[in-house]
Amino acid sequence: MKAYLSRRYHFSASHRLHTDAFDEAQNRKVFGKCNNPYGHGHNYTVQVTLSGKVDPGTGMVCNLGDLDAFAQTNLLDRFDHTNLNTLDCFANSVSTTENLSVEIYRIFQNFTAARLEHVHIEETSNNSFDYLGDAIPAAGTL
Amino acid sequence: MIFLTRKAEFSSSHYYWIDSWSDEENRRVFGKCANRNGHGHNYTLEVTVAGDIDPTSGFVVDLKQLKDILEREVVSVYDHRHLNLEVPEFKTAVPTTENIAIAIWRRLEGKIPNAKLHRVRVYEMPDLFADFYGEA
Repeated sequence: MKAYLSRRYHFSASHRLHTDAFDEAQNRKVFGKCNNPYGHGHNYTVQVTLSGKVDPGTGMVCNLGDLDAFAQTNLLDRFDHTNLNTLDCFANSVSTTENLSVEIYRIFQNFTAARLEHVHIEETSNNSFDYLGDAIPAAGTL
Repeated sequence: MIFLTRKAEFSSSHYYWIDSWSDEENRRVFGKCANRNGHGHNYTLEVTVAGDIDPTSGFVVDLKQLKDILEREVVSVYDHRHLNLEVPEFKTAVPTTENIAIAIWRRLEGKIPNAKLHRVRVYEMPDLFADFYGEA
């Protein structure tokens, strides 16, 4: 039996949307208030969906304790209460939540106890982003 | 085709334990969920059905009918019960969120008139949920 397990994690971080490829006027025009030179912050919610056969003994797709430990080390310890722009992963890319979704997808690909299906990030209660790698979401799954 | 989702809630206690394992192994794998005195959750169930809109009623399914089915097949059996001790499917299977989603699918499959069961989603808490689509 194949099932899907989703777990939500929360972290808070600051960022600034800015690219050296644009001049100041262009940065302000494209990124608006997100280009404020002093930065701003969000409470991010990351929802990770994993799939796999439910182990007939344990009843689990994967051990939640192992997933939480992985997320603590590789997600929360790395991103919580940081300025995203100072992190290596945003050295050459804008710290949009689109780019963050791809980075966090890459991170959870290293959790090998189950198959990574989907990363969903809520930047605010009004903005959310989904990345499924190359997969095209099936009807009704998003 | 339209997808329609109905929610229901139930509150239950459970623990995670496999009798054939040692106490130590149960505690190592299941952590605090292995406490034999049990613990509990407010579960939220979301049942999604897929179907075509009836041209006369405008319904995919009658929501009242769907609510009654969820109440009869799931909520009346699980709510304010100890899943391990009082619900037959968990006499042998560990009542993880994954297994609860599969068990609810089995309880509902074939019982919803005019629509196809598409997904069973069970929230153990707002930050943890399992989905089952009937896949082997």
